[in-house]
Amino acid sequence: MEPLERYRPIIDDFEAFLEACERPLGNAVRVNTIKASVERTLVALEEDGVAYEQADWNPRVLDLETDSPGSTWTSFHGFTHGQEEVSAVPPVVLDPRPGERVWDCCAAPGGKATQIAALMDDRGTVVANDNNLGRISALRFNAERLGATSLAVTNDDARNYSLARFSFDEFDRALVDAPCSCEGTIRKNPDALENWSDGHISSVAGIQKGILRRAIQATREGGTVVYSTCTFAPEENEATVQHALENEPCRVADFDLDLEHSPGLTAWEDETFDSSLEKAARIYPHQNDTGGFFVAKLEVTA
Amino acid sequence: MGGDADADATGGDETNASEGDSVNALEGDDATELEQNDGQRFGRLPATDAERTVEGRASREAVVHYFADRFGIPSGTFDDYTFWEKGAGKIWIFAGDAPSPVEIEAIGMTCLRTRQEHWKPTTDFVQRFGRYATDCVIELERDQARAFASGEDQPLERWDGDWGYLIATHEIAGEFEPLGVGLYVHGELRSVVPKGRQRDL
Repeated sequence: MEPLERYRPIIDDFEAFLEACERPLGNAVRVNTIKASVERTLVALEEDGVAYEQADWNPRVLDLETDSPGSTWTSFHGFTHGQEEVSAVPPVVLDPRPGERVWDCCAAPGGKATQIAALMDDRGTVVANDNNLGRISALRFNAERLGATSLAVTNDDARNYSLARFSFDEFDRALVDAPCSCEGTIRKNPDALENWSDGHISSVAGIQKGILRRAIQATREGGTVVYSTCTFAPEENEATVQHALENEPCRVADFDLDLEHSPGLTAWEDETFDSSLEKAARIYPHQNDTGGFFVAKLEVTA
Repeated sequence: MGGDADADATGGDETNASEGDSVNALEGDDATELEQNDGQRFGRLPATDAERTVEGRASREAVVHYFADRFGIPSGTFDDYTFWEKGAGKIWIFAGDAPSPVEIEAIGMTCLRTRQEHWKPTTDFVQRFGRYATDCVIELERDQARAFASGEDQPLERWDGDWGYLIATHEIAGEFEPLGVGLYVHGELRSVVPKGRQRDL
């Protein structure tokens, strides 16, 4: 937990934060509305004798009281998909509509990409890309199990992604759920901080900047880009968005999130960020008993 | 996981050559001008057999007819979807926009294997669209459904419909829900749920 000490100055109730990071997480699943309604899924779980708790902010997110959420009828039928509660936030902020063209730049293993497809009633085109061929197989497996017919899967580096292969030349929306130092996943994976270093943060931040810039370039004017990570490091969050604000036509947009969170930072160490970064959300583990996340919503401008 | 996750119950890829030959024989000289299937990219299925440009490729009409004829799935179910082939006879169903041909990793979901003696729908397709089926649907009790989901074959004498690929279904939360594809032969329902999709429930 030592790497997290650097956040003491920016996190309210830091001791509660540290304690939450040490507690394991429950078994969260997302209801896949491509296959079944929330109501029917809840009845199926009840028939199966699996107790659940529905998230206040999103009726499609459930915490299951079972040691094996994969060995349920709802999982077999693809009514439910194991996905951490905060990991369901970025697609909701992205707010995609049926029929749109949406790019999920770093999509594997596919929880958010299939959630985007479900939010679009599986109508339209969701381009789910990942640069790692091994993880693409997991993405494809999940997409098929969840019955997503609107997904097109590609295997490329998002930083210099070409749309030439498609019949359209810009997206309506893009999700950049960037590769990151994963500090916020410590409750799920106690080894998450093992490879932590300043060097790792700065190298991953360089990749994040490249991907976010390309996502903005590939999205139409007036379109939406959501940037998210599962880490707390301002170098990977506000600084990455700041870099995009300085180099690409975009502005930070407001969004509603019925989940307790803190505002984005406007300063970190010797850096200052645009005041609009306060509209971003920092979600800490002790606020809602979840993992950690950062989410910013951008509007592409002229 | 991934790739060819769906088990091929008949193992009948050897039949491809003879089927291809018979197509060529039927179409006479025109058939010699057809392109060979390129296994690296997705090509959209032609609307009808007459519009075929790739040797041995099933048409959209034939695919939609197969689902209607075998399973009673109304043809209109697929009005908003396109069908694609990649590899030999692996058919995909897609709701989005893409040019043809396109070289990507996946387009929508796999739905059907053609180019073998008996066409075979995938488990994932049947779970997604099998609810619209009225024919060749076999209803299982909970214990039978459990055995089916774990990949077990089971004796089933009461089926008096066609032999071959069936849609196995069971009741969950007040409605029937397809479990996947079964192969019914000789009084036995064989589960062809692929390994990665099997579950001990």
